[in-house]
Amino acid sequence: MNEQPKSLTVTGKARYAAGVLEYKKMGYWEPDYEPKDTDIIALFRITPQDGVDPVEAAAAVAGESSTATWTVVWTDRLTACEKYRAKAYRVDPVPGADGQYFAYIAYDLDLFEPGSIANLTASIIGNVFGFKPLKALRLEDMRLPVAYVKTFQGPATGVVVERERLNCYGRPLLGATVKPKLGLSGRNYGRVVYEALKGGLDFTKDDENINSQPFMHWRDRFLYCMEAVNKASAATGEVKGTYLNVTAATMEDMYERAEFAAELGSVIVMIDLVIGYTAIQSMAKWARRNNMILHLHRAGHGTYTRQKSHGVSFRVIAKWMRLAGVDHIHAGTVVGKLEGDPATTRGYYDFCLDEFTPQNLQNGVFFDQHWASLNKMMPVASGGIHAGQMHQLIHHLGEDVVLQFGGGTIGHPHGIAAGATANRVALEAMIFARNAGRDFLADGPTILAEAAKTCTPLRQALDTWKGVSFNYASTDTPDFVPTASVSA
Amino acid sequence: MRVTQGAFSFLPDLTDEQIHTQVQYCIDKGWAVSLEYTDDPHPRNTYWEMWGHPMFDNPDAAALLYELNECRKQFGHGYIRVVAFDSTSGWESVRLSFIVNRPSEEPGFRLSRQEVKGRSIQYTTTPYTTDQPEGQRYR
Repeated sequence: MNEQPKSLTVTGKARYAAGVLEYKKMGYWEPDYEPKDTDIIALFRITPQDGVDPVEAAAAVAGESSTATWTVVWTDRLTACEKYRAKAYRVDPVPGADGQYFAYIAYDLDLFEPGSIANLTASIIGNVFGFKPLKALRLEDMRLPVAYVKTFQGPATGVVVERERLNCYGRPLLGATVKPKLGLSGRNYGRVVYEALKGGLDFTKDDENINSQPFMHWRDRFLYCMEAVNKASAATGEVKGTYLNVTAATMEDMYERAEFAAELGSVIVMIDLVIGYTAIQSMAKWARRNNMILHLHRAGHGTYTRQKSHGVSFRVIAKWMRLAGVDHIHAGTVVGKLEGDPATTRGYYDFCLDEFTPQNLQNGVFFDQHWASLNKMMPVASGGIHAGQMHQLIHHLGEDVVLQFGGGTIGHPHGIAAGATANRVALEAMIFARNAGRDFLADGPTILAEAAKTCTPLRQALDTWKGVSFNYASTDTPDFVPTASVSA
Repeated sequence: MRVTQGAFSFLPDLTDEQIHTQVQYCIDKGWAVSLEYTDDPHPRNTYWEMWGHPMFDNPDAAALLYELNECRKQFGHGYIRVVAFDSTSGWESVRLSFIVNRPSEEPGFRLSRQEVKGRSIQYTTTPYTTDQPEGQRYR
């Protein structure tokens, strides 16, 4: 589609004659339109039904995500309707994917309420995803203008201040999710937290579905966890934390739990993505007011982010969450058990950490994105990772990341504290080697083996998980380069 | 116990040669390196005493190593850390910090619990040594 059809917009009286007019003729296809600096741009992957013209499909998406309905309405003429119409201005075939097209659509800034993810998403992903002329639709990326970014609080704490509060610089933070994720009593749960933190982790974490169940109600968990945190802090001289999950049925419940966590002196609380955008923004504001780091578990995202043909790319969710104001977001491990190819994952990490993210099609980043001095968001790598992969983790993910070894801590043959120590020693040895100028990726196994000479727990961890890797092809990969999954 | 603040406290104590590699890494990144010392290792004791200003224009790790050994002559009984500061916009804070000198004995911290209502506990962490005045805490 290098030859794009010219504007087909019907003008004058004919435009408003009662009846049905194709979207591309109603002003939703404007190939000559040059997006303004203040426009929001959405990039959709559209798969039109057989026989549907891709330009008409793109125009329909523009129409249905802005002002249009299925028929002409005269009341358009009571408005500055040309301004309010979203405009599809470019439709390109997706390389190597028959029947799929990238549609670029520009939206005027005045279509959106300032500082509201709920409002943004109600337009951009509100109605259009069930639209019949499309087989499938995916929101791939968005260009968010500085004027709009500035209407959001952004991360409550941010990476820099989080590090200052934790007094931890120059290396990834270490965490672990308490396992088994369900069933432990408060007292037993706190034991895992204490052992892991004392052994060398910075954080432990509630899992997404730990809220307040018959086997452990939330107050009990918070009390035992804070005993564990403080005891571990005194045992090591370090600031420690545990992500107390305050996810609950209502905002009132969440505020009550968060306030109790603050009262007990926790440095961090946690929410799940499933609480919804408005609740997330409310908690981000609460976290800013209460000097609290806010961890977000992306529970549920796989239902709409994973398949390439339909849904919302996680890179868009990451952008929305940086605006919404969380401090931590799970963004993939590359080498672990969960979906994520290296280039696509790098794109997510850049959205979390950059001041300015330049367009980079190889990483699936379609637009330049200015972050307008919003705080940085700490990416979290969690799921099926262990000490033996430390060189690969640092190579792919860098140092501003929380590496979370759940099974890789708690499953250690000599106990949780030993597992934590193994991870911490592996991490420090690898960062030291990197800084000292060694080719740590190539020499990774040697560096770990050397460190294990003075650290028995690391030796045991390396022996236990030797060669464990999750080597499957990724489903969500960039469209502009050949991709491969990474094996450990 | 062993105070494990800083990036490398889980590794065996660093030799001067090893410290040099890390300091040179920081300098090559454009960060200003400096030394700080204390005899109060409380986890939230942010402001250790400065051993001079950050070396904003120092190209060579040897200069910091020289200062480290001067610092040790005076405060070798306490904690000394290397701090690397990055003034880049969007960071403007510490990039790397690690302990390069520690007391021969580290008695650790007392955890005090004040029981308040509803089974809540208010916790306070106190280094055992800070019962003594500054300068007399470690030998």
